[in-house]
Amino acid sequence: MTTVDVIDYGAGNLTSVLKALRSIGANPRLAQTPDAIAPASALVVPGVGHFAATAALDQPWRDAITVRLRHGASLLGICLGMQWLFDGSDEAPDLPGLGLFPGRCFRLPNVDGIKVPHVGWNSLERTAHTSPILDEVPSDAYAYFTHTYAGPVTGATVATTSHGVPFASVIGRDRIFGTQWHPEKSGAVGLACLTSFVRIASEAR
Amino acid sequence: MLTKRIIACLDVRDGHVVKGINFDGLRHAGDPAALARRYNTEGIDELVFLDVTATLEARGAFLSTLESVAQEVFIPLTVGGGIGSLDAATAVFDAGADKVSINSAALRDPSLITRIANLYGSQAVIVAIDAAADSDESWAVYARSGTTRDRRDAVSWAREAEQRGAGELLLTSIDRDGTRSGFDCRLTAAVSGSVNIPVIASGGAGTFDHFADVFTEGRADAALAASVFHFSEHAVAGLKVFLATRNLPIRLC
Repeated sequence: MTTVDVIDYGAGNLTSVLKALRSIGANPRLAQTPDAIAPASALVVPGVGHFAATAALDQPWRDAITVRLRHGASLLGICLGMQWLFDGSDEAPDLPGLGLFPGRCFRLPNVDGIKVPHVGWNSLERTAHTSPILDEVPSDAYAYFTHTYAGPVTGATVATTSHGVPFASVIGRDRIFGTQWHPEKSGAVGLACLTSFVRIASEAR
Repeated sequence: MLTKRIIACLDVRDGHVVKGINFDGLRHAGDPAALARRYNTEGIDELVFLDVTATLEARGAFLSTLESVAQEVFIPLTVGGGIGSLDAATAVFDAGADKVSINSAALRDPSLITRIANLYGSQAVIVAIDAAADSDESWAVYARSGTTRDRRDAVSWAREAEQRGAGELLLTSIDRDGTRSGFDCRLTAAVSGSVNIPVIASGGAGTFDHFADVFTEGRADAALAASVFHFSEHAVAGLKVFLATRNLPIRLC
């Protein structure tokens, strides 16, 4: 059973993420301090809300996560946790992200009467950059989103979604992934994505 | 493209879904967990559990029902009914809810919206507004399940709820609720056009056409119903196919 350390930095309710990981046969643990993730091969950075909440992911967390990644750990950032993998976000401009993916997160524009925040089920459009994280997700899949800021489309974007403008809805390189949507709340599509993540992490050990 | 959401509401009393369940072939008719599983299989976009229980003992049973649903149904789950404090909200989040819906308590103390949003995020807070027509262009807000008229009007209360941190609004027309005569599209459009957060329309669903109307004329982002789904098998799947053929953006499973 693959142990998955779910990083708890106080940004929202993690019950759903833990339940979803358990339901696919993984063994999720809440990591509340950087020391707690030392042996983990799979890390999940969840999170909802304002980018300022990622200030709690301070230098000791950044160091611990970076060291684990260097030792071959896999990482999945969800929603705010994915945004934190970029250089930063316009939502809290002075706060650096982890910088594993280039670019800054931006506010979805209010265009053509489109409502922001973006809440609900929207489609995932694959890019030319394929990734094993979507191996088991059908090509015409819908996923559940709830957010106001989003990451830019770059070469590391695996899928895009449009809400007024296109943004990165899935990112991936090596064994580091991010979903702007919530795999723990996207039904069979979400569970398939989590299953792939856990498989990738266990194969890499 | 962002799809229009179809939300099923389960009114739960003493461990059973009320408003009448009439599924053939559903072994535990009235069992909220069984019904939730069925809707999930049919492609429902979200579920709302409304606790219409009066006693503390039944509240415990309600939370354990929620907990068992949350272990196997991985779509957004909202809980409403009886959430009058941050502690009460915490109890349902811990049991597996993703969002809470607050109504009378928010009218009594609007700061509750902000306090829950600060801790769990705005996406986790739905403010439910029960409204009835005052005149052609204004709707009064009611508290305590429609029994007490509030001094606020629906549009201004919707705006205030948004400013205080609500992530969505659940708008119920008291005039239409239970009538099966269609959603109140004018009320829904008036509120939806006044806020930037999603509006879930509720009250009056009777036919598939009513859903199409509230998504177009009513400018609703989501539509919620209870008995129209409970009474016939495959109603959710059938409704979604119908709306898709009307060229509405719908998630088909």
